[in-house]
Amino acid sequence: MYSFEPTEEQKMVVSAAKKLALKEFRSRMRDADEKSEPAPQWFQAGWELGLLPASIPEEYGGFGEHSAVTGVLAAEELAWGDLSATLTLAAPNLVALPVLFCGSLEQKKEILPHFCTDSYAYGSAALMEPSFGFDPNSPKTTAVRKGGKYVLSGVKCNVPFAAESEWLLVYASLEGQCQAFLVKKGAPGLETKEREQNMGMNAFPLYAVELRECEIPGAQRLGGEAGCDFQLLLNASRVALAAMAVGIARAAHEYAVDYAKQRKAFGEAIAQRQSIAFTLAEIITDIDAARLLVWEAAWRIDQRKDATREAYLAINFASDMVLTAADRALQILGGYGYVRDHPVELWLRNARGFGVMEGIAIV
Amino acid sequence: MISFENSKNVREQYEYAESIARDIIRPQARYFDDYKHEHQEPREYEKFIWNTARKKLQSLDPSAVVPEEPFMLQLHMIEAISFGDAGFFMCLPWPALGGNAILTNGTEEQKQKLARRFAGSEPTWTCMALTEAHCGSDSSAIRTRAVRDGDHWVLNGEKLFVTSARKAMIDSKGVMVVWATVDPSAGRGGIKPFVVEAGTPGVKITKLENKLGFRASDTAVVILEDCRIPLDNLLGGHEGKGFKGAMKTFDSARPAAAANGLGIARATLDFLKDQLALNGIKIRYGTPRNLLTSIERDIVDMEAQLEAAWLLVVRAGWLVDQDRKNTLESSMSKVKAGDVITKITQKGIELMGSLGYSRRLLLEKWMRDGKVIDLFEGTGQVNRLVIARRILGYSNKELK
Repeated sequence: MYSFEPTEEQKMVVSAAKKLALKEFRSRMRDADEKSEPAPQWFQAGWELGLLPASIPEEYGGFGEHSAVTGVLAAEELAWGDLSATLTLAAPNLVALPVLFCGSLEQKKEILPHFCTDSYAYGSAALMEPSFGFDPNSPKTTAVRKGGKYVLSGVKCNVPFAAESEWLLVYASLEGQCQAFLVKKGAPGLETKEREQNMGMNAFPLYAVELRECEIPGAQRLGGEAGCDFQLLLNASRVALAAMAVGIARAAHEYAVDYAKQRKAFGEAIAQRQSIAFTLAEIITDIDAARLLVWEAAWRIDQRKDATREAYLAINFASDMVLTAADRALQILGGYGYVRDHPVELWLRNARGFGVMEGIAIV
Repeated sequence: MISFENSKNVREQYEYAESIARDIIRPQARYFDDYKHEHQEPREYEKFIWNTARKKLQSLDPSAVVPEEPFMLQLHMIEAISFGDAGFFMCLPWPALGGNAILTNGTEEQKQKLARRFAGSEPTWTCMALTEAHCGSDSSAIRTRAVRDGDHWVLNGEKLFVTSARKAMIDSKGVMVVWATVDPSAGRGGIKPFVVEAGTPGVKITKLENKLGFRASDTAVVILEDCRIPLDNLLGGHEGKGFKGAMKTFDSARPAAAANGLGIARATLDFLKDQLALNGIKIRYGTPRNLLTSIERDIVDMEAQLEAAWLLVVRAGWLVDQDRKNTLESSMSKVKAGDVITKITQKGIELMGSLGYSRRLLLEKWMRDGKVIDLFEGTGQVNRLVIARRILGYSNKELK
């Protein structure tokens, strides 16, 4: 039976995320963006929400059970506060969740407890590559078997916290399939290069990474010899980003609503004009629609049903939607939308990242 | 707990309705669309529904045990039947708009009377007369008068765009719910719904509209001339639920209209995907957007839009079954469906080229049929107003 009612527990998570988003994320968003560094408070205050340990079973040091639906509910709220902050807080998921989903027993035992302590633990993944025509299903970075080991070679871009992360999950083509490999900090042949300079997500540190015949033990292939279900990881990543797109769109819409109600022109609030009011009505309709697509895909992941189509539709829809929402919100603010005194230009820059960035978040 | 799975009951009835759509409705769709056959009735289909299908489809039979999720069931039935042909959905002999207004706003006696009409051996329809020549969405401007005269109400006026009026009032012993004002100076406050039974003197159908699409369904002009009805036929009794009652009906009529349209949209998209597959064109789901071909992108976008629109409908319907307020969500579902059906059917023709424009296929018909979804049960513009007022916290005076 269909239901659109989150559980009581999920409502509590949402409400805690909302508080954090307002208190720590939104308030520091502009400053962090200008400095191109995450606010120090994001790490610990965010970690205290306990989202990741709550996804990890007790046997690996956590205190809960994973749910993609809970993940997208939280992701939307957090991204409403700020995208860079959300991505920063969620970066450890990039290693922990693939290990939880697909890892071998040894990998789970070794890696998951690391993400269940009281303090933020860096973790990251390297999926994207700096070439036109990059397709996550077939990265140019390769993994080649050599004895009992794998040799990784290639160039990656947009890798969060590349230098800080204890574990980096590197995606590479192995015999025609995209697979994931756990690379330990300081592994020979793994080199963090320059900091990426993107249009948006400025406060989320991303780096270029090069793998030069980086040799890792065979046991560090995600899932061991059996490998991993890459499609599942890609789906969970797309759903995560789509949920964040909904959060940003909601923020921009809300801001535009408030502005349009207080901004007077020709003797009345501009929101009283249909051209503005209808635009706002269309945006909120698509925000709700995108959220439902996200929930559906996340629900399928939780049900262990194939979510490939739904996750793909969700990110396609949400990435278009958030761009339109941020653009229309900026348009409603007129010239004020273009200046950095207001947050809308930041949301527009962040919004453009959806649909082109892959694998920088996962729920 | 959030869930995106239908109950077994909804699933089974949906599948059954879809089999009717495929096997019985679709093969006749073109015939009843033809100018030459306009205003004919798909009688065999109507009889089949009355005698056979409604035993299985709980939504169609007001005497059936009330299912757990009555509105969810209804929306799925509507979508599935419309997948065959959207106009055929309007031909279903079931309580429909007028009947549902009685079932939700009527007195016990009025409800029972309606149930008896639906217990007979012949297909029976209802209709709802709201729109007038000078007012559609602005229904508070209704001029049709209801004047009390002793034990009767006397109705006078002209109603437009009355779906299934002929079926309800001439072809069967059905009923029409007429919205009329008892006090034109009172605006909205004076408007009340009345039940007019088939056979009541003074009801005339003066015209059947010739339409762009939806030709299997009759849309009539109805004139009420000194039409006398018993006092008790004031819907909801003497405390009459009035204007608010009409608006409440819209809260479920809008997602229903949206479901009606999305059935057509799904038919279009299904057809296109089959055609592409037959022509060796594969849609590479999961490939980044910048690497897709134009056709792949169109299909993916249409699919996402359709799925999104359908989920908005399902959510609006779920709220109805939860007995929660859904005016906002209901209008959202209608706005989205109106846009989506328009775009998908227009695009469908483009993708098939001149073949799409030809009456050999149903694509051009689906585009004509689909357009009305953005018009009835509140135009796209009016539903945008409803949404905007709610999110902005404006009254209808503050946002006109």
